Amino acid sequence: MRIVIAKPGLDGHDRGAKVITRVLRDGGHEVIYTGIRKTPEEIINILIDEDAEALGLSSLSGAHEVLIPKICEEMKISGLSDIIVFAGGIIPEKDHPKLYDSGVRAIFGPGTHSEKIINFLIDVSQRKERGEPTGVGEEIGWHWN
Amino acid sequence: MALELSMESKLLNLAINGDRRSLGKILTKIESGFEPDISVQKPWTLGVTGPPGAGKSTLIGALISRWIKKGEKIAVLAVDPSSPKSGGALLADRIRMQGSEKSESIFIRSIASRNHPGGLSLFIGHMINVLSASGWSKIIIETVGSGQSQTRIVAFADRILLVEGPDRGDIIQAEKAGILELADIVTVNKSDIPNSKLAYNSLNSSLSLNDNNSTITHLVSALNGDGIDDLLSTIDECPKSSEREILRQKERLLSLWDSRLLNYDGLNELLVALSTGSITLYDAVDIIDKAHMEN
Repeated sequence: MRIVIAKPGLDGHDRGAKVITRVLRDGGHEVIYTGIRKTPEEIINILIDEDAEALGLSSLSGAHEVLIPKICEEMKISGLSDIIVFAGGIIPEKDHPKLYDSGVRAIFGPGTHSEKIINFLIDVSQRKERGEPTGVGEEIGWHWN
Repeated sequence: MALELSMESKLLNLAINGDRRSLGKILTKIESGFEPDISVQKPWTLGVTGPPGAGKSTLIGALISRWIKKGEKIAVLAVDPSSPKSGGALLADRIRMQGSEKSESIFIRSIASRNHPGGLSLFIGHMINVLSASGWSKIIIETVGSGQSQTRIVAFADRILLVEGPDRGDIIQAEKAGILELADIVTVNKSDIPNSKLAYNSLNSSLSLNDNNSTITHLVSALNGDGIDDLLSTIDECPKSSEREILRQKERLLSLWDSRLLNYDGLNELLVALSTGSITLYDAVDIIDKAHMEN
């Protein structure tokens, strides 16, 4: 799968994002890492040029509350509804429903075993093949965890 | 009678008419074997190569920010950003230019070469044609200058810029890889670092040993912009060298030849037979030759 890993917002701690990048590459995926401090508009452009199938968003400093839903919204407006979105980082449980409602399909917290993320991608691509909703702008309801 | 267009043809038409999402998608189709049937005027292409850490991406960033100010539309095919660092660096360059609100004029696409054991040569030409037909006025192919397959991909561009760091060891590596002969322009980057002048001098003295040396050299700093404008004019006015054109054609031919070999259906069986000693290398070549004749 072609996957873009992005860090929206202003925090510069991207060790987590880099580790995920490595894990996904080792799992046989093509990963494009955007670097830190990306605006939603920049992330949309990268997704389009790279023809990504999935987007992983890393957030450690509260960017998830505003920026992740905003990115999801802009993806839908830009015709990127079929792209799968997952999130990782410091995202409190109480905020999960809002993200799932925005179209995020999985949320990975600190200490997640790398196998879990690979398994999510396997499951999600099988769902996609069966024509079940997986994309950010497709029917909300199913999420992996 | 209405002609039923394939999905690929529809995407191609949309891409040529300026739809970026379709362009992104058609490049994926080309990577998986689609061969678009389009004719374009000879695209303007630049190959940029050099050792890891020489500053290729930053330099490309500095060049494209100047080109887009002149109204150019730049597409970059970044081949195998094999470390997350280099892949991220290029995208970060595009981000630095966002302030000028010109990101509409930059298209960056990463290609993982390791996913194509048969080489990129089968489709890089198609990608260039589609980008050109879609209105991208300058097309840059960036590769890490290590190993022959990388050198060969960069030879698909009509002019080649070799970027070196201030460490003289890099230049010796470039000589070994044969890329120094292919490059029209060699630039030592990081002129902000003390040793760079020394590296630049030794590069020039190394090149002066060649008969009819026509390689143009520059000393620049992509970081602070020193020498970039001069480099840009050299690239824009880069004269065509017929000698190098022949070398480039040779690399392209070798590249396609390799792909044919690596895509040969019975390759694994042949390799097994070779390892057990049941056939010789000469037999193997004969078998592949025969198979191609029959096709």
